[in-house]
Amino acid sequence: MASHTDFEKYKSDGTLQGNLLEWIDARFPATSMWRGHLSEYYAPKNFNFWYFFGSLAIVVLVIQIVTGIFLVMHYKPDASINANGIPVAFASVEYIMRDVSWGWLIRYMHSTGASAFFVVVYLHMFRGMLYGSYRQPRELIWIFGTLIFLCLMAEAFMGYLLPWGQMSFWGAQVIVNLFSAIPLVGEPLSIWIRGDFVVGDATLNRFFSFHVIALPLVLLGLIAAHILALHEVGSNNPDGVEIKKRKDVHGNPLDGIPFHPYYTVKDIVGVVVFLMVFSIIVFFAPEGGGYLLEYNNFFPADPLKTPPHIAPVWYFTPYYSLLRAMVWPLFGLDAKFWGVVAMGAGVVILIFLPWLDRSPVKSIRYRGPIFKTLLTLFVISFVILGFLGTQPPSYAFFGVIPGAPIAQIMSAYYFLFFLTMPWWSKIDKYKPEPDRVTM
Amino acid sequence: MKKVLTALLFAPLLALASGAALHLDKAPDVQGDQAALQRGAKTFVNYCLNCHGASFVRYNRLMELGLSEQQVKENLMFTAEKTGELMRIAARSDEQKIWFGAAPPDLTLIARARASEAGSGADWLYTYLRSFYVDAQRPTGWNNTIFPNVGMPHILWESQGLQVLGKNDHLELLVPGKLSPAEYDKQVADLVGFLVWMAEPDAGFRKRLGIGVLGFLVVLFGVAYPLKKAYWKDVR
Repeated sequence: MASHTDFEKYKSDGTLQGNLLEWIDARFPATSMWRGHLSEYYAPKNFNFWYFFGSLAIVVLVIQIVTGIFLVMHYKPDASINANGIPVAFASVEYIMRDVSWGWLIRYMHSTGASAFFVVVYLHMFRGMLYGSYRQPRELIWIFGTLIFLCLMAEAFMGYLLPWGQMSFWGAQVIVNLFSAIPLVGEPLSIWIRGDFVVGDATLNRFFSFHVIALPLVLLGLIAAHILALHEVGSNNPDGVEIKKRKDVHGNPLDGIPFHPYYTVKDIVGVVVFLMVFSIIVFFAPEGGGYLLEYNNFFPADPLKTPPHIAPVWYFTPYYSLLRAMVWPLFGLDAKFWGVVAMGAGVVILIFLPWLDRSPVKSIRYRGPIFKTLLTLFVISFVILGFLGTQPPSYAFFGVIPGAPIAQIMSAYYFLFFLTMPWWSKIDKYKPEPDRVTM
Repeated sequence: MKKVLTALLFAPLLALASGAALHLDKAPDVQGDQAALQRGAKTFVNYCLNCHGASFVRYNRLMELGLSEQQVKENLMFTAEKTGELMRIAARSDEQKIWFGAAPPDLTLIARARASEAGSGADWLYTYLRSFYVDAQRPTGWNNTIFPNVGMPHILWESQGLQVLGKNDHLELLVPGKLSPAEYDKQVADLVGFLVWMAEPDAGFRKRLGIGVLGFLVVLFGVAYPLKKAYWKDVR
């Protein structure tokens, strides 16, 4: 970076602050980074509602890290039973809720933040699909983003074990058992992951370690890569046209405006509105009707008492539905193995999206009826998969339409949407893209 | 491991078979009614806090129900010395397991844990405590319509009297208790109200604070939005 710094550009104006900044700039790219990433990072001027969710994801990340730091000060990853017959980990969460000053607020912010993270990330990803933000030259931004999503799922899954309630325990039991479906290595692999034959103290301690150290480190690295790649090629926009193609005499994009102050002041509005929604949940409905904090998780983990219905938290349920949709053994392998394959493929297939889409335009604004119809169906199928994932497999809509075959149809559609994309994105009708962005 | 998996596979089916028709009565909301919560606390320490602990609750927390330290000490503390102590019980859960077949659960969080799609945790508890009936086939002599083969005997039977299971699984009061059915419902409602309060004593403060936080955010929006407008007035 330093070699790129144009020292003439950062010459001091002779004031004390100017001299100090010059001294720093000769040693660290402070001004150059400020300009490159904020005050002279030119973003398209036509960002709409969908473009709030990237900055909101950073806000939620900060909320999670800060509240997490304070939770770790009081939380104890210990599955042993205390004098009152309660697991220490479970008791330490209730200790935070009752005896730690403002502990309830910190804990609810963290538990609500987990769901908020997935809300903003799902919307952020959907924005990418709407406007073709994954297309050339932004393939790596999209791939880093998919890896962030994957990492976030692992982070959320491991964090969910920590309260050591019934759903924590049995949810982890079900998911870790999935690995045992892998031929030959499955059984030893699942034991290796748990560190025990059942989910126990060893599992709790390693999940704690991963949740507070390993995965956040990976997550931060991936987020840095995601943003660096974005700032290298520049942001896409709702019109999907490249603003760098048309520049003014200074070499700045005609349709670009500096991120700071324009988008910083705009994102502050987005953050305030987000915090309103966030606060309504934290202060008035922290359990989210059993979807954010599952009711059964207020019972301490009991390895001898299987809950009647084990459902993952809502943000995993679309993928949980993909898993459950596979009920046929194939090639002599268990149906469960193919379920695991389907769930994994459901996430991994996103990585290939930049090469599956062969449309000549990026944005939905200039794409044809086939894309609009299929994308709408994709959203509907994703929501239905998500809903069915919260229900037992025997669920029937209105008590008559069985949910299981519907989940299978929706799962098939989920994959067909991507797999047939090279074909239908080619034959769709397109409108000509404008030269400049439209406001 | 295979057995656990098979059990997991079939567990949801069993759930649907057993929990399909769970009808719960709506529990009266007594939050904010200090007298009701105090009566509930009294019932709780006299009847529940012998077998069940509330091991996350400190006695001095009961002062938030409008009681003085002296009142808590004299009326509600039978086994503890200091008001800072937790509401523990002497019975050990492993011994209780031998006595009852299952260890009585800690009740601190029961009002949150028992919530379901059928109703709130309060609704479940309110219905449960009014649904015991005499069943000679059970070791304790008691059964319950919404918790079949329950391990707990009907601890409030003196108040309610004896119910039996009549036609169409309808509960009938065979022998009246010390309280009339309406009075008994009130006693249970107060007890359930206390259990709800105990499950999250900060809930009331949480909601009051939430109003303030939202008020602040509305003001902040009133600043942030014009600021954005001002900066963006030349962008077109």
